[in-house]
Amino acid sequence: MISQVMEKLITNFNYVVSMTLFLIGLYTVTMKSNLIKKFIGLNIMETSVFLFFISLGAVRGGKAPIMIGEIKGPFVNPLPQALILTAIVVAVSITALALSLMIKIYEHCGTLEADKLKKME
Amino acid sequence: MGIAHHFPILVVVVPLAAAAINPIIGMWRRKACMPFAAFAIFLSMIMSAYLTAKVYFVGPISYHLGGWKPPFGIEIYFDELSASSLLIATLGFLILIFSKKYIEKKLPAEKVSTYYTLVLLNIAGMLGFVVTGDMFNLFVFTEILSLSAYALVAIGGEKIAEMAAFKYLLVGAVSSISILLAIGFVYSITGTLNMRDMALRLPEVHSLRVATVAFALFVVGFCVKAALFPVHIWLPDAHAIAPCPVSAILSGLVVKTGLMGILRVMQVYRLTGGVLDLTPITTILAWLGAISIVMGAFFAFFQEDIKMMLAYSTISNIGYIVLGIGLASFDGLRGGVVHIFNHAIIKVSLFLTAGAIIHQTGFRKLIDLRGIAKQMPITMAAMSIGIISIVGIPPTNGFICKWFIALGAMEANAPLFAAALLFGALFIFAYYIKIVNAAYFREPTRKEIAEAKEAPLSMLIPLLMLAFACLMMGLPLSYLPVRYIKPWIVALLQG
Amino acid sequence: MEIASWRPFLAPTVSMLCATLVFLTGRNAFLRRLWSMGAAIIKFAIVLSMLPAALRGIIFYTKLLPFAPGVTVYFRVDSMGLFFALVTSTLWILTTIYSIGYMEPEHAKVRFFGFFALCVSSTVGIAFAGNLFTLFIFYEMLTIATYPLVIHEETPEAMKAGRKYLVYTLTAGAFLLLSIVATFYLAGTTELSKTGILSLEKHGKILYLLFSTFIVGFGVKAAIMPLHSWLPTAMVAPTPVSALLHAVAVVKAGCFGVLRVIYNVFGVALVSQMGVGLVLAWVAVVTIICGSILALLQDNLKRRLAYSTVSQLSYIILGASLAPFHAHSAALASIIHLAHQGFQKITLFFVAGAIERKTGKRNISEMEGIGYKMPITMATFSIASLGFIGIPLFAGFITKWYMCLGSLEAGRPIFVVVLLVSALLNAAYWLPIIYIAYFRNPPDGDIKVDEAHWLLLYPCIICAIYVIALGTLSMVPGMPVSLAETAVKIFLK
Repeated sequence: MISQVMEKLITNFNYVVSMTLFLIGLYTVTMKSNLIKKFIGLNIMETSVFLFFISLGAVRGGKAPIMIGEIKGPFVNPLPQALILTAIVVAVSITALALSLMIKIYEHCGTLEADKLKKME
Repeated sequence: MGIAHHFPILVVVVPLAAAAINPIIGMWRRKACMPFAAFAIFLSMIMSAYLTAKVYFVGPISYHLGGWKPPFGIEIYFDELSASSLLIATLGFLILIFSKKYIEKKLPAEKVSTYYTLVLLNIAGMLGFVVTGDMFNLFVFTEILSLSAYALVAIGGEKIAEMAAFKYLLVGAVSSISILLAIGFVYSITGTLNMRDMALRLPEVHSLRVATVAFALFVVGFCVKAALFPVHIWLPDAHAIAPCPVSAILSGLVVKTGLMGILRVMQVYRLTGGVLDLTPITTILAWLGAISIVMGAFFAFFQEDIKMMLAYSTISNIGYIVLGIGLASFDGLRGGVVHIFNHAIIKVSLFLTAGAIIHQTGFRKLIDLRGIAKQMPITMAAMSIGIISIVGIPPTNGFICKWFIALGAMEANAPLFAAALLFGALFIFAYYIKIVNAAYFREPTRKEIAEAKEAPLSMLIPLLMLAFACLMMGLPLSYLPVRYIKPWIVALLQG
Repeated sequence: MEIASWRPFLAPTVSMLCATLVFLTGRNAFLRRLWSMGAAIIKFAIVLSMLPAALRGIIFYTKLLPFAPGVTVYFRVDSMGLFFALVTSTLWILTTIYSIGYMEPEHAKVRFFGFFALCVSSTVGIAFAGNLFTLFIFYEMLTIATYPLVIHEETPEAMKAGRKYLVYTLTAGAFLLLSIVATFYLAGTTELSKTGILSLEKHGKILYLLFSTFIVGFGVKAAIMPLHSWLPTAMVAPTPVSALLHAVAVVKAGCFGVLRVIYNVFGVALVSQMGVGLVLAWVAVVTIICGSILALLQDNLKRRLAYSTVSQLSYIILGASLAPFHAHSAALASIIHLAHQGFQKITLFFVAGAIERKTGKRNISEMEGIGYKMPITMATFSIASLGFIGIPLFAGFITKWYMCLGSLEAGRPIFVVVLLVSALLNAAYWLPIIYIAYFRNPPDGDIKVDEAHWLLLYPCIICAIYVIALGTLSMVPGMPVSLAETAVKIFLK
């Protein structure tokens, strides 16, 4: 019984890790009161999804699929990597926007604790 | 042929490129930003109109980006639902014209070009969202439009606006991640990102559980974007605090992309006869929609602030649409999709009239605005038409969805939903009548009101056009969108 | 024979155009009056022009844009619709003259006349609606257009009345839309051209629910008890509005809707098969008796008129609900009472308004000796109230005659008793007014004749003449009875 569970965990190692990270991130976003911490949680969630994507395309011993000269597999699926590159760009812009908003909020209110901010409204 | 062949991509690229150029123009001459942005959107509008007509007469258009054939290349698939790009571009154009005076007064001079850049980005994001045929592009465009929306909410620079924007960002980013994860799941089982290809391959997958989870994640993600109860929490603050033209874009158009996202996903999964039985999820959607109608109206009833009322009313109307979609019957879907269209017109019209009033008087509480109709008769007339429409009194365009969704509820053998819809609408009336009463039938409490002037022409023209559209898209032309969307709905239901 | 024509569409459009013109140019008093009077007369002419053809059994119709498959905006002038439209457009002319005089010292005249025209437009739209969908559109328009008229005074009391009015009528509207959608779903059509589009065998027990939602939907405006309470409250409105609400547009639209439901949606055959006619008849009886008793208790003249309206409207409902028992005369009475009640009640309202404008008196107890001061006005009042009591030679007698005949035809003589009791109660609350007006001396002893302004007086006189004409010449061809006869012949076939 336990060995079966362990086997499943090990064969799906990548999924388990990314889902664990996802849940950690979700917990941080929802439960932490500090805006920076909330935002770190968000970043953890993003990263977990990126990891998940990348692991989808991974092939053990695979090479970059550059088609010059002799074509010899196995190749890594390049599509998820390309996608995640885009997604990282998006994530970075969200981070930039969120940080600038937080700076502004801090300038105005002098705090980044959600409970205190709520009281100030 | 010629350039017309490339219209599907140009619709998106023109405003996107304009957004990139706009800051440079802003450095050169600030006043040129508005005409430039409006011109770019106008071009998009013309191209969308052409494509919309072509879809109607010829059928959906598939455009291959860079000449790569799908499913390897990225495809732009312009179907009946994509025709909402015409709506987005037209309303965006009117909002830009309206913005000119409003933004000059509301924002400091150095922020004006930023504002237009962000609006262009936002509209480009929405246009991309509706035309794309690729799942991942859908995500990217979601992010473009969401990011610019977060920034637009905060652009006023008040403390409260920044907090609202942050709240919006946090909730919005989580929902985006949920969508991205869902895309990852579907990709992992189908190995494709092209939506039509995905729809073909989904029936062959062996891992139904993954497909189910992915669908649920999609729906949750898009529901948050659409601000369905109970994940509406971000909407009232963001929509009420943003500058009025921004509220109009957000409430009229941006939340609708969430709904169109749900429709797109339903299209991929096939509503009936697909790999999954979607009935449990659509039933939940229908219930949530019905609850949204009532809860939105309930919260709105206690608002004093005119924009807060409008924001909560968006939640109710999203409820209508989701109820229509959730019923998953022919007429229900039709009513829901057509209401996406009609509610956009009505809500933009209402937020812009509210904007005109706030611009002219500086007040936004109902009690301060008493007696305003004497001073601003044209604006209030436009607003009254908007109010009658949103409450769904015939012969305005808000009524159409009521008829179809109620009929759809009968078709789905759930007449209780029809009752919920029609009686829920009464609650909506209960708070909108407060606006009418205050503006027309009460004595002013503020002496400034007596000195208020009618809004400038650049505001009145968009307002009147929108009010006219509310009437014309009511009974006289109601059949137009209804008939236009029919093939799409038929295809959705048949899979 | 059915002929496509623009006339059914033009009739409501004229009033709508008039409303638009009033809103745009109404600040000028002359233009405002010109548009209102002009539109009233043109519309009357249009409606009247369809009468000769309708008597020969020709039906005009206009099909407009489609709304959904199977649902179009569709006007169709059958005899009953034309009957209602004739009543409305005749009374619109009189009410317009009256309101020009009455509203002179009031504020917000543009708004008043604009929405007034919209109300009339919607009413004619209801009359000419060829399917339930079209009927609903105008029914809701009527609700909305009446609201600014009810709260015209803008006092807290008026606002409260307006709110109550909206709550009642819009809730009813929701019931109605629900019923119409259900009808469309069940029958696949909402056409009113047949005698019944539903059938018990095909659609089952759900029809009982449908019938009750329909009755609630129309019953609020028709002031069937216990849905009537908005009506007395709405009395705060200016008198021409009360006249319009209580005699012409709003309440009649409700009654007309009930008639449509019984005659055209369910059909008399189905109603009798379902056995709901008798239930509705007893509800109407309760309303007739209770309305009369409540009217007795009122001292405010307009409130007494309001409760009398509640009671009188149920004559129409009673007639219609007896019709399924092969009661030809009851059906006839239900239709002609649309006109009789309208003309009689509007006379009374006009008089109440004239007295209020002239003397400022609203309560019956203050009106001692008013017959000396305003003899002609009070004479018209007496004529109309005698009509309500059911004295021969006046319009009300014709209704009562046919109603009693109908009760006997239906084999339910108990309703004859009810009608006679109601006539007694009518006498009990109308005659004291006449007594006070003529046989008591005015408190200040001033008996000099001092009539109301001619704009207020002449409509009263014309209405009173109508009341007598309807009562004496009812059998002359071309009078309302003959038109109602053609309608009944089709419905009860």
